[in-house]
Amino acid sequence: MSQKMTGAQAVLESLKREEVDVVFGLPGGVLLPLYDAIYQSDIRHILVRHEQGAAHMADGYARATGKVGVCIATSGPGATNLVTGIANAYMDSVPMVAITGQVNTWLIGKDAFQEADITGITLPITKHNYLLRSAKDITRVFREAFFIARTGRPGPVLIDLPRDVTVDEVEFSWPEVELPGYRPSFKAHEMQIKKAAKALMEAERPVIYVGGGVKYARAERELIELAVKINAPVTTTLMGVGCFPEDHNLSLGMLGMHGTKYANYAIQESDLILAIGARFDDRVTGKIASFAPRAKIVHIDVDPAEVSKNVRVDIPVVGDAKNALQGLLKEVKPKGRSDWNEKTEGWKKDYPLRYIPDMNIIKPQYVIEKLCEIAPDAIITTEVGQNQMWAAQFFVHKDPQKFISSGGLGTMGYGFPAAIGAKIGRPECDVIDVAGDGSFLMNSQELATAVVNEIPVKVAVLNNGCLGMVRQWQELFFDKRYSATILGRTSPDFVKLAEAYGAVGLRATKPSEVESVIRAAMAVDRPVVMDFIVSPAEKVSPMVPAGATLSEILELEWCDADQYCHLEKIYAQGRKEILGQEGF
Amino acid sequence: MKHTIAVIVENKSGVLTRIAGLFSRRSFNIDSLSVGATDNPDYSRMTITVNGDRDILEQVIKQLSKLINVIRVSELDASESVERELAVIKVNADKESRSEIMQIVNIFRAKIIDVSHRSMIIEVTGDEEKIDAIVQLLRQFGIKELARTGKVSMVRGARVIKA
Ligand SMILES: Cc1ncc(C[n+]2csc(CCOP(=O)(O)OP(=O)(O)O)c2C)c(N)n1
Repeated sequence: MSQKMTGAQAVLESLKREEVDVVFGLPGGVLLPLYDAIYQSDIRHILVRHEQGAAHMADGYARATGKVGVCIATSGPGATNLVTGIANAYMDSVPMVAITGQVNTWLIGKDAFQEADITGITLPITKHNYLLRSAKDITRVFREAFFIARTGRPGPVLIDLPRDVTVDEVEFSWPEVELPGYRPSFKAHEMQIKKAAKALMEAERPVIYVGGGVKYARAERELIELAVKINAPVTTTLMGVGCFPEDHNLSLGMLGMHGTKYANYAIQESDLILAIGARFDDRVTGKIASFAPRAKIVHIDVDPAEVSKNVRVDIPVVGDAKNALQGLLKEVKPKGRSDWNEKTEGWKKDYPLRYIPDMNIIKPQYVIEKLCEIAPDAIITTEVGQNQMWAAQFFVHKDPQKFISSGGLGTMGYGFPAAIGAKIGRPECDVIDVAGDGSFLMNSQELATAVVNEIPVKVAVLNNGCLGMVRQWQELFFDKRYSATILGRTSPDFVKLAEAYGAVGLRATKPSEVESVIRAAMAVDRPVVMDFIVSPAEKVSPMVPAGATLSEILELEWCDADQYCHLEKIYAQGRKEILGQEGF
Repeated sequence: MKHTIAVIVENKSGVLTRIAGLFSRRSFNIDSLSVGATDNPDYSRMTITVNGDRDILEQVIKQLSKLINVIRVSELDASESVERELAVIKVNADKESRSEIMQIVNIFRAKIIDVSHRSMIIEVTGDEEKIDAIVQLLRQFGIKELARTGKVSMVRGARVIKA
């Protein structure tokens, strides 16, 4: 049943076979043949207004649905505009296929118009990438790309598509994937499972530490079952938020730099850490030398290279999180409540997440609490900075596909396009981007995409007039020298901005207006930007200063004199670390 | 601490870049790298000498194994393997020094592969120490040019490393 078609048609047929129902992109010269094929196909194409938006939408779509997200950009600047989005997906292990146009094969390497070596550029930020040189390779490469993107530890795969390859005629075939160098692990080793189970049974103070791997393996049910069966408290990373219901009595919430005190205390005091699909990132471990000093570490991960990368692991279990958890469930025996449960629950009571409410100024945390009250089942995406941390802390998360945030790369401008992608993937859900006034402007042009395509996402701008998270660090570590972080009134009027695009704009300046603004936003079936004028001086609390041990976590609003002196000392150290530290 | 690893890769364009890129991105130190086709032309074999402790070596092996085009990664224990390197050396040689150089060449079982009035080219194979030694001895005459291949290595006996 072989059939002759153009390369572009073969691309579309491949996407169809991979069950892709939507792609996010923006055309250009070398993509004309491909876009002509898109025009004649029934695939849904969402035209973005900046290619970075396309990459983040594909990413948000993938995180909300578990399917592979697909984005398309033209050669040269189109392709380079995808780079941040691809790096973002790579850091957070998001299944994605990025398709880029390329100049004709005979022009490659000649600095042709709009030529960029995108496979070279994306080498370190893709799971794998391809430069297609012949139309006959299209179907094989697309099939491999989707397979690689979604299996093992998921990640982005880029396919660079020269113009002539999309024009050439080809006989369609759909070859089986044959990749001798790619054998993703799946089944956990039985011996290791037994060892892990034994360690869990012997532990007196176990903590389960959960990352995004549990979400990708869809192992939440098994996780809850295990935690309950052995009465072990559970803490999650930012990527793992929602994997364990935060209203459960065994939940310790998030750990790390802006995690809860009780999660960090529990980690430091534990005698056994069961890490599942998490990678001991520096934002999670604090000072690595004094991380969980008394704990044996069991590490379940699908990526063998993560084992013992950052911390020494006593019992590695390489395999899929769901498979490993099912194995563990068979091996462990039920354990009753213990002193350890009393202790961790005591900490939960003594050191809750909190803020000082205010009658006159809107506290950003209050906005998040209200969002949670009014739209508890919404998908929350976030930008990066304080807004992100408050969204993680003050919303009660119960579903990992409903908390979507840029973890590894920390990309400002991620949340809004990710929200659009999520809404397209899960139209039945409310989707709210919790934003900062800095971050939102980085991709606010996608308001046009949302309006034109009638994608009713909601944006909650926590408008504090500053690049808040950076300002917080300047307040704490740079003697309040606010270098380049005060936006003040230089941001546009977000209500008018929304209206200019044809979206709805709403504003709350007093705490009493917050609820009505949220209710009004949720009631309309159109894109809405809510502008919450919030307290500018608020800090994210608690906080483990960079380079400090997790137990040295401080509540920034409630420091007593002793702690204050201690804090000053750590800050003096922290400053050195920050100065020597890239990125934020 | 130096470790030698053999890496079997798909013989495709860009694979060397992927491997070199991985080393630089993860700050692994390559001491030497040599590459060539295997008996099966679909695959190439690289011999890479890495500098670092056990933990680093383990990361190198795991990270290399993650590359889609990498088929196999094996550590080669120096005591169980034969290791060879090849060097060609252009050295100053006039009437007076020529015979002394030829003596050195004989002792090292090296070869003279080109002679002119003022210089000659010597070819030598052996392990790293042997090559270092002859280079050292030839220095007194003045080395005009030196090219070394980097190490290739193979396990002695029955064990086989291939795709
Ligand atoms: C693309 C990008 N540029 C810079 C940064 C560094 N950075 C981290 S948080 C932050 C401030 C974000 O400000 P805003 O969006 O207003 O959020 P807030 O912290 O005030 O909630 C900055 C600049 C980043 N993470 N991403």
